[in-house]
Amino acid sequence: MATGVQRAGQLTVADLKGKVDPDWCPGCGDFGVLAAIQKALVELQIPNHDVVIISGIGCSSNLPGFINTYGMHTLHGRALAVATGLKLANHQLTVLVTGGDGDGFGIGGNHFIHTMRRNVDLLYIVMDNQIYGLTTGQTSPTSRLGMKTKSMPFGNIEAPINPISLALAAGSTFVARGFSGDQKHLTDLIKKGIRHKGFSFLDVFSPCVTYNHDNTYQWFRPRLKKLEDDSSFDPGDWTSAIEKSVIWGDEIPIGKFFERSDIPPLHEAEPVLNEGPLVNRDLRIPSDIARSFVEELM
Amino acid sequence: MNRTFAIAIGGAAGQGVATPGDIFAKIFSRRGLHLNAYNAYQSIIRGGHTLLTVRTGPARVTNMGDRIDLLIPLNQDTADRHLQLLTEGAACIYNADAITPGTAADGVQLCPLPVSQLVDITRNKVAQNTLAMGAGLHMMGIGFSSLEEVLREQFKKKGDAVVAENVGVARAGYDYAAAHFRPFPNPLPKTNERYAILSGNMALAMGGAAAGVKFYCAYPMSPSTGVLHWMASHARKAGIMVRQVEDEIGVINMAIGAAQAGVRSMCATSGGGFALMSEGLGMSAMIETPVVVIDCQRAGPSTGVPTKTEQGDLWQMLGAAFGDYPRVIAAPLDIGDCFKLIPEMFNLVDRFQCPGLVLCDLLLSEGRLSVHPSELDFAPQVDRGELITGKNGLSSSATTNGGYKRYKFVESGISPRAVPGVPGHMHTVATDEHMEDGVLISDEFTNPVKRRAMMEKRMRKVSGIEAAVQPPELVGPPCADVTLVGWGSTRGVIEESCEILNEQGISANQLQIRWLVPLHGETILKILKNARHTIIVENNFTGQFARYLRSETSFVPEGHIRKYDGEPFMPHHIVEAVKEQLAGKTHLSVPMHEIMV
Repeated sequence: MATGVQRAGQLTVADLKGKVDPDWCPGCGDFGVLAAIQKALVELQIPNHDVVIISGIGCSSNLPGFINTYGMHTLHGRALAVATGLKLANHQLTVLVTGGDGDGFGIGGNHFIHTMRRNVDLLYIVMDNQIYGLTTGQTSPTSRLGMKTKSMPFGNIEAPINPISLALAAGSTFVARGFSGDQKHLTDLIKKGIRHKGFSFLDVFSPCVTYNHDNTYQWFRPRLKKLEDDSSFDPGDWTSAIEKSVIWGDEIPIGKFFERSDIPPLHEAEPVLNEGPLVNRDLRIPSDIARSFVEELM
Repeated sequence: MNRTFAIAIGGAAGQGVATPGDIFAKIFSRRGLHLNAYNAYQSIIRGGHTLLTVRTGPARVTNMGDRIDLLIPLNQDTADRHLQLLTEGAACIYNADAITPGTAADGVQLCPLPVSQLVDITRNKVAQNTLAMGAGLHMMGIGFSSLEEVLREQFKKKGDAVVAENVGVARAGYDYAAAHFRPFPNPLPKTNERYAILSGNMALAMGGAAAGVKFYCAYPMSPSTGVLHWMASHARKAGIMVRQVEDEIGVINMAIGAAQAGVRSMCATSGGGFALMSEGLGMSAMIETPVVVIDCQRAGPSTGVPTKTEQGDLWQMLGAAFGDYPRVIAAPLDIGDCFKLIPEMFNLVDRFQCPGLVLCDLLLSEGRLSVHPSELDFAPQVDRGELITGKNGLSSSATTNGGYKRYKFVESGISPRAVPGVPGHMHTVATDEHMEDGVLISDEFTNPVKRRAMMEKRMRKVSGIEAAVQPPELVGPPCADVTLVGWGSTRGVIEESCEILNEQGISANQLQIRWLVPLHGETILKILKNARHTIIVENNFTGQFARYLRSETSFVPEGHIRKYDGEPFMPHHIVEAVKEQLAGKTHLSVPMHEIMV
């Protein structure tokens, strides 16, 4: 997505400190995501009043309250729909959507697919902990087969969603995966996602230290392999990206899977926005046009 | 009494019922006549039965009326269904090659057209329609040139040959009628006025454009889809972003997102889609971001009867979304009011930062009415309330907030609203309960005192809304034998029923409700306490408004007239029901719809 205009007065991490401190459990992966977002915004120097962070409901969706930008803490699963409306009404804003795997792939699955195919210019960060945390530990759409939770005490018998493959299939023009335990790498991916013009999907492994005892930091660390380290991999090639997206097990790829820049974002595809953001327009439509609307009916 | 003339054109869907209807409507409006059109149709693209009624006259025509003067059946089924509705003085023009009419009542003129003798039907499949239009026009005493003019416009794009052929066919019908059929006794008059003809859906959309709506989104759903169609086809001229969304949950959330950015934002649906929007309405109220939602009611519950009308969504709207919150609900009184109401609603919701709900119905949404162009005001008064935008907000590049509190406690309950992009006003709006500065008090910092204060702040807006909205007024003689109470789209038919009753020696007056929330219960109670016999008229089974009025005022009327067969009231339904109730026969009348559509 497009970056805002740089202005006088350096933005610092301190400027981005929210009114209250995060109330996540100590060790929660979401702390790392929040810190990486703050670092990315500082490195890109986007004025914080031009940034809107929109979330759904869940532990990770509390994030907008912990950072000093404009924010919307909306309904469970609906953040992408809200963000689409907001971006189309004022496409000069930098829009980030944050939430969890239940919020985005479960209750919000429909909006997830359609926002990708529309190529709305925003960065969608999913803090994927493979569990429902705020409701105290139920199976999520990304919980592994066999995982025992309070809602599936005898083990999950439903295959999990593969968010990376799904995003590639739905037409997301930027697809990446990060790990909240690797700040530098994650910050870089967030910056790339913000810079990308179009829909950017960033799935982040953000371990739940309270309810998910399967997918822990220790479980992830030896498995994660950076795509950037594979010199033969081309993130411009969709087929290679699909092949990488299904790798899961002893080795799990992170990094940028795919990016294409030849498709205009939704706000550039609609000529109604050619004259600038809707929010700056005069409310009244010109009288000659209004007259023509009435004359059609006579 | 308004002298009117009504044409009914019926046939199977796909037989071309709409075109002659549109052509007659144009001819009437260009003669300076008013009209009201109602199309009874079914959820089918080809086949079934459609009956379009166009009623015209020199004065305002508020409803479909009781009488058909001219029936044009395009198939046998239509003749079989409706010929017996015709009474003395009426006529039926039909294709004698295809239709065998039954026996008509005394004084009904049967007008057979020998279609295959008059035109080459292999070349022109809708020849019978065009012939019938020509014949009908002659019988109404209207010169041929007015039909020729409209046909030329209609077929201009298809080339001169098609124009000539259609004009020729119409002429043949016109001349045949001159030689064979008896004209109606009173030719349709002409006035110097010119009216716009529009549907309620067009009016709602245009009202939105006039109000300054810059974002409109919807999921297709009958009978609200016409709003989307007008918006989509005029979006680029009007500078409106129009989106078709994956479902109505997406619709309401997208609309609220746009509103949060600072534009006027609107969406329309029907009952089923409105049900999906319910959680979103609560968000609009909780984050105090205004949005306008239109529900074009159709017959429910569930999928119900998608092409039929009802006033069955009132309680859904009253109870939409959980929790207590301020909302505004209004029901437009006619198609012209569909236009007028939208800018009024936006001013209210912008001022009071809450959701505004418009309760329309299929009768208005898909009906057509003549409206004087001056009533379609594209420069209405605009009040955006206490809105802080890039234009009036701070111009500094402040990275901190200073003292701005989005949900500041103020007496009116209306806290100034800053939109994203304005420096120095950063905040997060949350659907969780929050404090003045937007910080959540739902999780870690729950606090009953703060919760109570924030609830009271939001709810203080209710008294402001009530003061800003016009209370209803009694129309007609102040002291009458019967007072008829209706809401929304029934205004026209109740008005005509009152006229008929007054002519028949029963004095009747009318109280029509436009603003449902706030209701002005005290005003209504004051009026109805003085009424001798109050009857509530509504298009639903349980008397949703009657129950609402009782819950708000304890008022219990003497009687009810209800209809829930999918079709709108006709004046005689109400007149006869009033008479039986005044005679003490019943206190609940459910008129039977005689037209089988």
